[in-house]
Amino acid sequence: MGRYLLRRLLQLIPVFIGTTFLIYWLVWSVPGDPFAGKCGDRGCPDNFREVMTAKYHLNESIWVQYASYMKNLFQGDFGITFSGRSINDIIVTSYPNTLKLAVVALTIEAVIGLSAGVLSGLRRNGFLDNLVLVSTLFLIALPVFVVGFVLQWLFGVKWGIVTPTVSNEMRFTELILPGFVLGSASMAYIARVARTSIAENRRADYVRTAIAKGLPMRRVVGVHLLRNSLIPVVTLLGTDLGALMGGAIITEGIFGINGIGRQVLRAIVTKESATVVSIVVVLVVVYLLMNLLVDLLYAALDPRIRYE
Amino acid sequence: MSDILVSEQSAPGADGSGRPSGRLLEVDDLRVEFRTRDGVAKVINGVTYHVDAGETLAVLGESGSGKSVTAQAIMGILDTPPGFVTGGQVRFHGKDMLTMSAEERRRIRGEGIAMIFQDALSALNPVFTVGFQIAEQFRIRRGIGRAEAKKRAIEMLDQVKIPNAKDRFSNYPHQFSGGMRQRAMIAMSLALDPEVLIADEPTTALDVTVQAQIMDLLAELQRERQMGMILITHDLGVVADVADRIAVMYAGRIVEQADVYDLYAKPAHPYTLGLLDSIPRMDEKGQQLRTIKGLPPNLMNIPPGCPFNPRCPMAQPVCREKLPPLLQIGSGRSSACHFAEELVNRD
Repeated sequence: MGRYLLRRLLQLIPVFIGTTFLIYWLVWSVPGDPFAGKCGDRGCPDNFREVMTAKYHLNESIWVQYASYMKNLFQGDFGITFSGRSINDIIVTSYPNTLKLAVVALTIEAVIGLSAGVLSGLRRNGFLDNLVLVSTLFLIALPVFVVGFVLQWLFGVKWGIVTPTVSNEMRFTELILPGFVLGSASMAYIARVARTSIAENRRADYVRTAIAKGLPMRRVVGVHLLRNSLIPVVTLLGTDLGALMGGAIITEGIFGINGIGRQVLRAIVTKESATVVSIVVVLVVVYLLMNLLVDLLYAALDPRIRYE
Repeated sequence: MSDILVSEQSAPGADGSGRPSGRLLEVDDLRVEFRTRDGVAKVINGVTYHVDAGETLAVLGESGSGKSVTAQAIMGILDTPPGFVTGGQVRFHGKDMLTMSAEERRRIRGEGIAMIFQDALSALNPVFTVGFQIAEQFRIRRGIGRAEAKKRAIEMLDQVKIPNAKDRFSNYPHQFSGGMRQRAMIAMSLALDPEVLIADEPTTALDVTVQAQIMDLLAELQRERQMGMILITHDLGVVADVADRIAVMYAGRIVEQADVYDLYAKPAHPYTLGLLDSIPRMDEKGQQLRTIKGLPPNLMNIPPGCPFNPRCPMAQPVCREKLPPLLQIGSGRSSACHFAEELVNRD
């Protein structure tokens, strides 16, 4: 197990370098003058151009630029924006907000998605099963901004149950609705995967054995059936945290949350390439670590998987 | 037409009235059908048998004859849908299990009637340790604490002769060999000291060398605990050593029921005769193996008359018209053949 973990951690290094380089290269090779529009109508003064060109090695090859970026990164320095603001600052203020939102979304989708999936998988073709199938189809088919605006209008404006936007304090109660919107599509997938998995394992021999042992139904389902059916659901949930954080742009926009989605959008529009790269690099790290966590969870759920 | 004839089958052991008869476990005129998209398969068509304490009943038959489905119906673990019990009774201590509440029935499982399955690898839960799955019986069914349950589970593993039971407790099913897994399965089913044990082809998935060991173990435990045992098998060699009585099934019916010695000495049904004839014999080495010609009938379309008539070497016109009821012939044995007397009395 220890050796496996070490090997997996070492594998993260080339993946990390590969993905971050691709991002860096793609972002910085967007055609156009990086200084265009940065200093109002008159164009940037020459000394500003010189300082920034030197800072980002803009006259050097992409490799040198990337290497110097990485060197600073490992010293904990994400660089500065063209206006001189520290990118560390942007990340520290915006990431926790997005993380909070994503965790709320993940919790909601895990609880609701899993319960709906288990209940409908146990009674296939029943009323609840059909309800789950139809409603998940809706959630999957509708774009997130439609779900977002409709629910915001219904709950925030028409019925006034919640405030339509999220305040800077990011209170938990304010995050329930945006969390639901952000997690809605994944929730539908979780429900469907859990449903299939439960329905498949329901007829398994070991479930029959558990019934033949005279165990109460809630134990047969809650212990014997659920543990086996959770394995595919865990994959989905684990890899989803990264996807939720990356996908929060629209939800953050709708509910006025100051998260990375808003920051990255602003950075793309204003060609703050350093900011875009830095935000995405942190996302990559989250992705990679969650993937590793999922693989380790597998072994915990299924003892037949052994890592040597 | 055929239904009226079939109902005559409830001959031996049962009085058909549902009154307690002092038997431990009785199956009385049980009927099961599978409703599938292609039609209704009549899988069990009036099966009647019983087992008493300390006695082993072997249920013999080809695959598809309904021997396992009968056991599943007794346990209440039939896959529904497609399987439905459409008639008959299953009485445990005289009480019909098919009409009692789900909760009452659940309590009988494991404690009154326990079952072991053919393939222990798939029948044991892959993600829990063997010890957990045995100790679970003590903890959940008897409310015994974790430490004490573990102690008892290790005792059970000891009783089924698993070496190093203490260390094996925390192994997972996939870490056991096939024979060990079946032993663990036996330990699990015997944990609550059941009165009846149903063993559904317990040795079919095992190596020949291990088969004998498991059968010996089962026979020994059955004797020690004075359990009633229903041994479902298609292996005539296994049956001879351990069974007291044999019920032979064909197309969802019992075609012959007899004492082991009587059945081997003088089969009273051509199907039983065919089965016995198809056992490979050392003194006929080099000759072609004998088989019963043809295939079992399609259960969605069982032929009229005796269901065995298309394959029967002794078939007469009457066999294609009239379904032979299971009738008593001599003491303690019965046969569902029009020519049972002739068969028994021939040399």
